[in-house]
Amino acid sequence: MQACSIEARDLACRRGDRVLFRGLTLAASAGDVVHVTGLNGTGKSSLLRILAGLLPPFSGTVARTGPLGLVDERPALDPALPLGKALAFWRQVDGGRGTDATTLLGLADLLDVPVRYLSTGQKKRAALARLIAQDAAIWLLDEPLNGLDARAVPMIVSLVDAHRAAGGIALIASHQSFDLPGKRMVDLAEFRP
Amino acid sequence: MSALWTVLRRDLERFAPGGMRGGGALPVLFFLAVAMLFPFAVGPDPTLLARTGGGVIWIAALLAAILPLDRLIEPDIEMGFFDQWALRGIAEESVIAVRMLAHWLSFGPPLMLAALPSAALLGLDGDTLRTLEWGLLAGTPGLAAIGVTVAALTSGLKGGAALAGLLVLPLAVPLLIFGAGALAGGGTSALVLTAAVSLVLVALTPFAGGAAVRAARG
Repeated sequence: MQACSIEARDLACRRGDRVLFRGLTLAASAGDVVHVTGLNGTGKSSLLRILAGLLPPFSGTVARTGPLGLVDERPALDPALPLGKALAFWRQVDGGRGTDATTLLGLADLLDVPVRYLSTGQKKRAALARLIAQDAAIWLLDEPLNGLDARAVPMIVSLVDAHRAAGGIALIASHQSFDLPGKRMVDLAEFRP
Repeated sequence: MSALWTVLRRDLERFAPGGMRGGGALPVLFFLAVAMLFPFAVGPDPTLLARTGGGVIWIAALLAAILPLDRLIEPDIEMGFFDQWALRGIAEESVIAVRMLAHWLSFGPPLMLAALPSAALLGLDGDTLRTLEWGLLAGTPGLAAIGVTVAALTSGLKGGAALAGLLVLPLAVPLLIFGAGALAGGGTSALVLTAAVSLVLVALTPFAGGAAVRAARG
């Protein structure tokens, strides 16, 4: 795993004419898992998009080293393609370095099925397989447990644990509980203006 | 660089005739249909058809270029492709440049082929056909560039598809004037001007389209 760190300083986020949070400072280095909690609409997803560099912050700065991967509600897999081909596209873009986690995530039987026929939970697992194959050191997971069944939830938690043990960083935005000892919690309610 | 090859291959699979479960062939079929219907509308007078046929083919090419606009950019923004490319350090400008190339390859050369039977239907002579083909070669990259820019600008807007079609038409006026003007006696200089307009549009599109995609992200 490459050396990685991510640091946000005095972030503020504005959506429309509302400031969602401000004064948020957050740092994570290799082996850290940070769980961002907060009610709906408090800016969890926006925070992850700011950290990913996809959304400019209203104020504050983000500094990071190491490649970054994001899983959100959009799996970025072609709906018309069979799952195997849709994942192969990203494998080729990423240079095919990372591990193939399709079997681990229970997707081995679904590789021939077009992505549009997959359920919400299956698409979520497919997006996680894309993330693992990307071999990114920093994981940004936006509601990673949404739509997953009882068997898949501990599997995702153990994947994050393994990623942490390998020296990666995981930032998880979720209003659900994420049962991983040693993680840090950030409650966005504390940063409400 | 190899990542961009992969992106180009995906684009070609989606846009080329035969891609998108047949949807990729629609612009060419539309083009042929317009060329076939025109003689029914104006009557079978051969001199009239030969005189106006080249212009009709240009109008048909313009309309055919508008057909795939709603599928060019917006689905990839909605499905999160542009976000994932950005995270991997693949600039929006590069993706837009690749998309423009794929869009042109999927409708430009097929239209130039389809112009052959269309020219026969309209009774165009050999010289006119030659000028027409050179004009299409010079002008269709410009049409592809306008299409990609407008598709990027209107992605995320309500009724974006209809608006995109409406916006392309006035922007295509210079191409149409010089491209069709070459048929009306403009000759080589009109063809060169068509190519010049195309080159300017092709050079601007990656930057305009890339900025539009970033603005649509919000």
